[in-house]
Amino acid sequence: MPSPGNDTSPLFAEADSSTLGLVGFVLLAMVLMVADHRGHFLDAIRREAAVLAGPVYWIASAPARTGRAVHEMVIDRGRLTDDNAQLRQDLLLAQARLARLNAVADQNTRLRELLDARTRLGLKAQLGELIDVDLEPFRHRVLIGLGEGDGLAPGQAVMDSRGVLGQVVEVRSDDSVLILITDPGHAIPVRVARTGLRSIAYGSGSLDSLSLPHIPFSAGVRVGDTLVTSGIGGVFPAGLPVGTIVQVEPDDSATFVLAIATPAAAMARSGEVLVLHDERLRMVGTDGVALDFAGPPEELATSPTAISAPPDADRRQRPAP
Amino acid sequence: MSLRTRSDSNVFWTTLILGVLLAVVALPTPLLPFKPFWLGLLVIYWALEAPERMSLRNAFLLGLLGDLLAGNLIGEQALRLTVIAFIVLRLRSRMRFFPMLQQALVVFALLLNDRVVMLMVRAFQGSAAPDWTFWAAPVTGVFLWPWLFLLLDIARARVRPRES
Repeated sequence: MPSPGNDTSPLFAEADSSTLGLVGFVLLAMVLMVADHRGHFLDAIRREAAVLAGPVYWIASAPARTGRAVHEMVIDRGRLTDDNAQLRQDLLLAQARLARLNAVADQNTRLRELLDARTRLGLKAQLGELIDVDLEPFRHRVLIGLGEGDGLAPGQAVMDSRGVLGQVVEVRSDDSVLILITDPGHAIPVRVARTGLRSIAYGSGSLDSLSLPHIPFSAGVRVGDTLVTSGIGGVFPAGLPVGTIVQVEPDDSATFVLAIATPAAAMARSGEVLVLHDERLRMVGTDGVALDFAGPPEELATSPTAISAPPDADRRQRPAP
Repeated sequence: MSLRTRSDSNVFWTTLILGVLLAVVALPTPLLPFKPFWLGLLVIYWALEAPERMSLRNAFLLGLLGDLLAGNLIGEQALRLTVIAFIVLRLRSRMRFFPMLQQALVVFALLLNDRVVMLMVRAFQGSAAPDWTFWAAPVTGVFLWPWLFLLLDIARARVRPRES
């Protein structure tokens, strides 16, 4: 039990909790915060700290990993067989669909050649795994196990099998930080697939919703409309699924409507993600160029064809890895 | 006395390592807002029980470590922990003789104050105002406090005789 501290000289304790000390440390903390917020002076420190952070993250994610391993071990055989059968069926279906899509894509390429349009952009993607650590509950950041060594760079788009997840904001040697599209500080340019209306979806701070303020009444956005990336802004390639509108209501001024959408990607789940590598997008930067994407046929039918051509327009399609 | 200090220091470092790990351990998403501010609780405990270990400087350094690991603004947790340590070090002589309930209330006030400091930092950073779940963590923290306090006291009491 606590004994009256005979090893704490009162003088020392007093000096240490002095108001002067508090003021000093608070000022120091403020200087650090401003330096970190305004400039990127502390990036080098962060990079160095990543060496130390790696093992900590590894240990901290161990319970989650063990949990998953144990779950996989004790999962019964019957369920595995069922899963297997289901997956086989899904694969068959997906392959059939893919074969049809390939035909359509070929046709599309031919038509584009006929129209003398540019070759469309291929996407190169890299598989990465989410690391199970919580960075901070109120900022939607997650960690993936790909870093500088894997050729990642800030600004790359990240998606899972269902839709856009977010983008890379910070690259370190062995891991990178993603900002999710639901982060309150994130905005993604989107297009309503049905009407072609362009808008911006802002993160709401909760994992299951995005908000689209300032949509004109006349735009006719309805519940159930799907949102895809518009390609404007140059970070996200066009045509990737972003979410579905679940609620439309007039805003306070009654001049615009506010739409709420649920993200298409499984934001709260951990697992594998795809990091998109797209050199042309990065070279184009943020000039606001709409780029077309090898999407399903209905996408191509509505996607804008009037594109201001960047100089490297003839780049051939890269094979997906 | 040196033995006591050394065994105490083992407990001290173990709790810090565990605290840092707990701060980044993944929780299921619905539980995320309820994650207590582990480093804050540890700073309160050690500033209360062994102020020579948890000085303002140590609280500041621990905060810096937390900042680097959590990937937030460098200096944020350092500021928060320094403020907590300062208040506890000042109230220490009174707080130590409070009954558990009263002590828990003080801890709750400290954790709420910490959230206010955090809110100020966020405002300065220009982030959007968080929703009500922002205030859930201090509640979890105060419910954990008595258990943490007893557990650490027991741990320190146990380590001491074994080594002497």
